[in-house]
Amino acid sequence: MYTGQSIKRVDALDKVTGRTKYTDDLCDRKAYIARVLHSTIANGKVLSFDLSEAEKVPGVVKILTCFDVKEKHYFPTAGHPWSTDPGHQDVADRLVLTDRVLFYGDDIAAVVAEDEVAAAQALRLIRVEYEEYPFVLDVQKAMEDGAPLLHENYPNNILKHTTIRNGDYEKAIQEPGLIKVEGWYETPVVQHCHIENFICFAEKEGERITVVSSTQIPHIVRRIVGQALGTGWGNIRVIKPYIGGGFGNKQDILYEPLCAWLSLQVGGHLVKLDVPREETFVCNRTRHSIRNHIISWVRPDGTYAARKLEAFSDQGAYASHGHSICAKGAGAFPQLYPCPNVEVDAYTVFTNKPVAGAMRGYGIPQSMWAVESHTEDVCAAIGADPIEFRRRNLMPVGYTDGFSKNENYFDSFNQCLDKAMKAIDYERKYKEYQNQTGDIRRGIGVAVFWYNTAVWPISLESTSCRMVLNQDGSFQLQLGETEIGQGADTAFAQMAADVVGVPVEKVHVVSCQDTDVTPFGTSAYASRQTYVAGFSIRQTGLQLKEKILDYAHLLTRMPAFNLDIREGNIVRIPDGRVLMNLEELATEALYSLDNSRHITAESTYQVKSNAYSFGCTIAEVEVDIPMCRAKLLNIVNCHDAGKLINPALAEAQVHGGMSMGIGFGLSEKLMFDEKTGRPLNNNLLDYKLSTFLDHPTLKAEFVENAEPTSAFGTKGLGEPPACSPAPAIRNAIYHATGVGVKNAPANPHNLFKAFSEAGLI
Amino acid sequence: MYDIKALYEAESVADAIRLLQEHPEAQIIAGGSDVLVQVREGKRAGAELVSIYGIDAMRGVTYDEEGAIRIGSLTSFSHIAADPIIREKIPVLGEAVSLVGGPQIRNIGTIGGNTCNGVTSADSASTLFAWDAIVELTGPDGIRKVPIQEFYIKAGKVDLRPAELQTAIIIPKKAYEGYFGNYIKYAMREAMDIATLGCSVNVCLTEDKTGIRDARIAYGVAGPVPMRVPTAEAAAKGQPVCRETVETFAKSVLEDIHPRDSWRAAKAFREHIAVEMAKRALTKSIELAGGEIRE
Amino acid sequence: MSKQYKQIHCVINGKEREAMVDVRASLTDLLRNDFRLTSVKKGCEVGECGACNVLINGECFNSCIYLAVWADGKEILTLEGLEGPNGEISDIQQAFIDEAAVQCGFCTPGAIMSAVEILNEGRELSDEEIRIRMSGHLCRCTGYENIFRAVKKTMRKRLGLDG
Repeated sequence: MYTGQSIKRVDALDKVTGRTKYTDDLCDRKAYIARVLHSTIANGKVLSFDLSEAEKVPGVVKILTCFDVKEKHYFPTAGHPWSTDPGHQDVADRLVLTDRVLFYGDDIAAVVAEDEVAAAQALRLIRVEYEEYPFVLDVQKAMEDGAPLLHENYPNNILKHTTIRNGDYEKAIQEPGLIKVEGWYETPVVQHCHIENFICFAEKEGERITVVSSTQIPHIVRRIVGQALGTGWGNIRVIKPYIGGGFGNKQDILYEPLCAWLSLQVGGHLVKLDVPREETFVCNRTRHSIRNHIISWVRPDGTYAARKLEAFSDQGAYASHGHSICAKGAGAFPQLYPCPNVEVDAYTVFTNKPVAGAMRGYGIPQSMWAVESHTEDVCAAIGADPIEFRRRNLMPVGYTDGFSKNENYFDSFNQCLDKAMKAIDYERKYKEYQNQTGDIRRGIGVAVFWYNTAVWPISLESTSCRMVLNQDGSFQLQLGETEIGQGADTAFAQMAADVVGVPVEKVHVVSCQDTDVTPFGTSAYASRQTYVAGFSIRQTGLQLKEKILDYAHLLTRMPAFNLDIREGNIVRIPDGRVLMNLEELATEALYSLDNSRHITAESTYQVKSNAYSFGCTIAEVEVDIPMCRAKLLNIVNCHDAGKLINPALAEAQVHGGMSMGIGFGLSEKLMFDEKTGRPLNNNLLDYKLSTFLDHPTLKAEFVENAEPTSAFGTKGLGEPPACSPAPAIRNAIYHATGVGVKNAPANPHNLFKAFSEAGLI
Repeated sequence: MYDIKALYEAESVADAIRLLQEHPEAQIIAGGSDVLVQVREGKRAGAELVSIYGIDAMRGVTYDEEGAIRIGSLTSFSHIAADPIIREKIPVLGEAVSLVGGPQIRNIGTIGGNTCNGVTSADSASTLFAWDAIVELTGPDGIRKVPIQEFYIKAGKVDLRPAELQTAIIIPKKAYEGYFGNYIKYAMREAMDIATLGCSVNVCLTEDKTGIRDARIAYGVAGPVPMRVPTAEAAAKGQPVCRETVETFAKSVLEDIHPRDSWRAAKAFREHIAVEMAKRALTKSIELAGGEIRE
Repeated sequence: MSKQYKQIHCVINGKEREAMVDVRASLTDLLRNDFRLTSVKKGCEVGECGACNVLINGECFNSCIYLAVWADGKEILTLEGLEGPNGEISDIQQAFIDEAAVQCGFCTPGAIMSAVEILNEGRELSDEEIRIRMSGHLCRCTGYENIFRAVKKTMRKRLGLDG
């Protein structure tokens, strides 16, 4: 068995030697360089351009503006599976270039030049005349009557408003003796900060257009480039090489349509669009800032009588992933701590800010910041122990979601809490840090999370796999599911080796997706790669195995049902004798003069299930009150992601998610100038992504309850680690100081305000 | 590829002066970690540059004949931090420049570049202010020496005359002998960051270590350029080494500093931490000097 | 105006090299475009991420903010230069594999080169020192944890500290 083993990554050797090719490494040097001109107002209309000086720059090939976009093919950008039901399709509100500016940084023109210096010079020389409109940056102000309207079809800028109504909230709160706990909890705009910026290049091949892109979702890119160009989707070929991180930003169509369109404007010449870091921050996607208002009515015995959530999600200027993110976050509210009387109102609202899209956790990190901060506030209000209160109220074993039919099969929450508490010595520290005085204080805090793997039954869950047997008994494994750094290819190889019965070295994962060649799949999102691909790998592997054994029957005359493939050998099951090896069989199969077969298997599996992934974080901090800063001393995440396919890579995934969660909790925030809407800190110096020195040792623990719906007992782990660190850190600061920060991050600016208000400084 | 109009590489100080005279529009590039970034962002796009990076004579730390410490302007931060003279006589300067950016930046960044770009947040600057550093400038008319406080004219502007370049930074013997210091950088993260506020303090104690003979304090980001804080210095000078002196010293910094409100930090926040940093940096300096703070 | 070039002579990954360099080029441009050393990555182009880090005369530099003409007379080492004549990889590269310190792999070349600078010192660094010396690299995948482990383990192994 290879699943369950910490084998080395299949792509590690190339990555440590620099052989791995990323998009820019593949681009021919003859490429023209494209740069985008972004608006310098937050709301308005482009009236005209003066290109006269820019066009004089030597090396400028062509300057295209929004007024050159004659055919208005509006397209959506969310990396969602397409829906053939128009009612379920993503909002198509983008053009490759627009004259109607909706945020500071909108795409209004592009320069195509022979080199980057000429492109940059020309960009600086373009003069733009605008008609400026008032703009709005605050999510709730955008909902007010009379606020600047971004999209005509969305009154009060509300992209969508959904509700959940369970029981009778109004009646339930009449119960005598209830304690009301109310709070507003807000998360900031943050960005993915993958180290490879988004980059793509495009050129014509025959009458078709090829786009090579740093994307998580090649098949979806093909569809949307087709939509944006108004051409048959088959006219588009998308190639996805290795990518330098994505984290959801690259689960969106970014500049592939523009790049393809630009190539067509210069006769199909190769055009490269390499997005500078500053533009990656604001002209790609961000994480939705969500303002949550929670009211809980709690009985003195520590049970919930009624609860209410209002969530206001800041979409920014265009719909992108839209309401799905806020809806997912808000949907977790009644599930995490079930209560018979619940009201939820979730709003996704346009503002004149950069476009928010998918980012690791997809609404759950924002939701957990609010819910788990609030849980701590509830504990404080009723004098309950934070761990005991959670144990009592968390989603119980056997809980089943009415919509997805997902079930909580195991006592995962308690198991995760137990393991994390032990790993960090929680009980002792919790007692020791009670009622401290002095300038420097320590605290320890907990937060849990719930995350739903994959997207069934909201969207299509289709996964296809192809296996092609080689003469030496090895085989290629091809999937639409993508390696984006998380280690998916390695997990796929392990699963395929187990199903077919070959040494893992005999599985050659074709990492690069090419939509002309790669089986269809909607790719990397929703922490679904291992879960979803597992089904098609198992199904296809069994088909390949059947074909191999059928041929083995021809060669050995033994009944196929008495044969198996073990470690690359054809084995007779009753006596375990090795009859031949796969190399002999495969070579014979290909070159046989009387019965030649090329043994391949390909199948599609439609997944009609998904799985709850659970876990918690416990964080220990030291707070320097006069200096207004919290230092993270220790942190542990414990996850139940089902059976781990590769424990070492799972641990590494958890580290990365924790790191992102730490930044979310302590330091990261993208800021905008109130007067102009201009981004203020869109670079890696001013945006405080945590460094090597901002982390303590990151500890990852696991509980491995085999997920019964899964092909390999596994479920989502990509996003879950980022969901609970921030509120755990916040709650640790609360434990240390008695001050509960409402708005993330708990950086010195916010701590200064909070400590001042609390009279600590 | 940078938008550079022309690049002239100087092989010596004299060569650099000549090139700067020949190309009066040209700007000096030392390590380039600021200049190249500004070329890229457009601020200096299309610039003519005189590169002085190749002038090895401007590197290294030595004593001059009067015992002053002379730091060649092109000495990188990492070389300053590792230099035995700095480690022995003014270790705080090595500690301060070890907080600049990250390791690669400390290998390319030079103390001359750090002070010539005239920014208030430079990690080397507040310590150089606090140690009465002298800036050595070499130009067509020879060498002139300017106290660092006078070298800074306003934000982004230093006293560099046409065709002149900074060739060394000098710490006089009387400025370092008997002094012990501490630098605190307040930043939003522990590496790769610029200071929200920088505070450098040093003291010279009486022989019995119970009194403060002299105390000096300087801030970065407490005003448009790095600054000394005379009120606090006066409040500590001649006072006994005790808690009250430290508190008085720290509180009085507010008399002189004037940090601004910006998106990077609020004025009230900067003022609050300025007092705490003064307290901690003085406390640490006294400890390093062998003093003990009595309650 | 006409473009300005300079002939430079340097050693890249142990080999003497001549190049006619556009004075506007960064060392990243030179290494990636002229010598196809694509382990040198571009992540920010302003010296903040460390993806383009290479050794110049034994010290780490972000090649994006280093003019190519300055490479004249210098010895430059990129990740490709660590490979032995028969494709053998170095201990630190192996440690990155063994400790699962590689994920998307984009920061990996630069991070390994900083590790090489540290390891070449041949002395034992404290955990804190290792973290400080690696702090010029931003990584969004690993949380730095396994990178730290790889560097520390290799250092201890080289110094014979693990028995």
